[in-house]
Amino acid sequence: MSIDIDTARRVAHLARIAVNEDDLPALADEFNAILGFVEQLNEVDVDGVEPMTSVTPMRLKRRVDEVTDGNQQDKVLKNAPDAREGFFAVPKVVE
Amino acid sequence: MTELSKLTIADARDALRKGDVTAVELTNACLTEIEGADALGAFVHKTPEIALEQAAAADARIKAGDAPDMCGIPLGIKDLFCTKGVPSQAASGILEGFKPEYESTVTQNLWNSGSIMLGKLNMDEFAMGSSNETSVYGNAVNPWKIDDRLLTPGGSSGGSAAAVAADLCLAATGTDTGGSIRQPAAFTGIVGLKPTYGRCSRWGVVAFASSLDQAGPMTKTVRDAAIMLQTMASHDPKDSTSVEFPLPDLEAALTGDIKGKKIGIPREYRVDGMPAEIEAQWQEGAEMLRAAGAEIVDISLPHTKYALPAYYVIAPAEASSNLARYDGVRYGHRAQLAQGDGIVQMYEKTRAEGFGHEVQRRVMVGTYVLSAGFYDAYYNRARKVRTLIKQDFEQAFAAGIDAILTPATPSSAFGLGEMSEADPVEMYLMDVFTVTVNMAGLPGISVPTKMSQEGLPMGLQLIGKPWGEDELLNTAYALENAAGFVSKPAKWW
Repeated sequence: MSIDIDTARRVAHLARIAVNEDDLPALADEFNAILGFVEQLNEVDVDGVEPMTSVTPMRLKRRVDEVTDGNQQDKVLKNAPDAREGFFAVPKVVE
Repeated sequence: MTELSKLTIADARDALRKGDVTAVELTNACLTEIEGADALGAFVHKTPEIALEQAAAADARIKAGDAPDMCGIPLGIKDLFCTKGVPSQAASGILEGFKPEYESTVTQNLWNSGSIMLGKLNMDEFAMGSSNETSVYGNAVNPWKIDDRLLTPGGSSGGSAAAVAADLCLAATGTDTGGSIRQPAAFTGIVGLKPTYGRCSRWGVVAFASSLDQAGPMTKTVRDAAIMLQTMASHDPKDSTSVEFPLPDLEAALTGDIKGKKIGIPREYRVDGMPAEIEAQWQEGAEMLRAAGAEIVDISLPHTKYALPAYYVIAPAEASSNLARYDGVRYGHRAQLAQGDGIVQMYEKTRAEGFGHEVQRRVMVGTYVLSAGFYDAYYNRARKVRTLIKQDFEQAFAAGIDAILTPATPSSAFGLGEMSEADPVEMYLMDVFTVTVNMAGLPGISVPTKMSQEGLPMGLQLIGKPWGEDELLNTAYALENAAGFVSKPAKWW
């Protein structure tokens, strides 16, 4: 599986990371080095093997679906780059 | 009184209880050492006021006769742990200015027991790296030196390793996703323990790869690792993967008696190009355990070579998901926007500016392996291989093996910058002996056993059964006793 410049551009966009056009070839090369290394997994016979979902054989704990926390709007907003009138502010999303 | 920072946790605890020293004296000794050690790049946010306040409280508590083992012990905290009101950036530009409104469970457990926070420690950005060269704060530097070069303390817990090895603090917290406690411990001649997955709460620890991340102690001795983990570990309703299994008394388990224990030597860890010196160290370690009464058994863990490639699918996949939260909306950095930029440009510019190169690369690799059409070929296949890796260990333990002995790292510490031109995969190979343990969720410990011919510390790794930290620590204790490693770096900083 070889990653070309178009694929690198598409992956960068999916990851929401701006990458300059000039940097895409080097990025594609790095992806290919890493994915080339990962290719060896194809040697392993995984027929009938369950993919691991939890390294500890335990059922995740459950609890009653009820509010256990809250009423701390000021703390939630404290670190926001732009908070106004009790909300997180972002550029206009809807035209 | 600067000698005080050289104390182990166990000796400091005993001296505090006897009244030979106060927590304030210990803390001041460490603060003095830290002030003189900026060249190591270990402490990136110093918190002397918090430290002295906590020290005074610890002294009062010791005086009142209410002193848990960790009371009055000055620690360094890896920057990955959220500490209330104190910068917690995971060594990333994207968390510039972030001061959590909450405390991680592990650090809260330490403060509840009276431990003292000296400050936050350097690391690779988001714990992604093996040399502490991806940090927004700049490199952490190994206190060990053999020529003009500055050496890496390893990574990602490089600041923690440097701080403990240089006696800037009595011990430090670390985290380990693929070897990030054990590899830097080996590079700096200290002890590093990664507990069983689920032993320590991950709540409030900045997430890298949630199914692999685990916090643990980085200390000067095996006994200190036992004492510190006892306090760090807890069941936490805020982390659904933290377990309710009781933790035995770890320090009481340190008898040094390993007679009749079966120690496995996995043949697959004898990798191509392994330096003869490491091969010899490994054999000497096995001999030490045999001399202490253990039985040495050759074993096979056939899927070992696939652990690292599987890790480099699973860890980036989980990272791409975990790091999606850094979008410039709720905390940390937001890029300056141009006229007409919308929300997508805000995300893309913010993440391009805030994340360093290695983090960007891993987030994008993770995005790729999870994307439509590749999910089965990469991610699901890697998860199946992970099942096989875990089965290898289960079969070894079922056959009566009590612990497994391996080298900790494929080399000793290398020079900062020496790997900068290398292919990313070459750096990834640093984790070849440690990453299997995370994949299988097992406890592993790195113990320094000898000095290399060129004069750098070298560590061996012991791998234990799940939830068998008591037995693992005892085996490590026997190895530590037999090796008698006492070397310390000569102060140059």
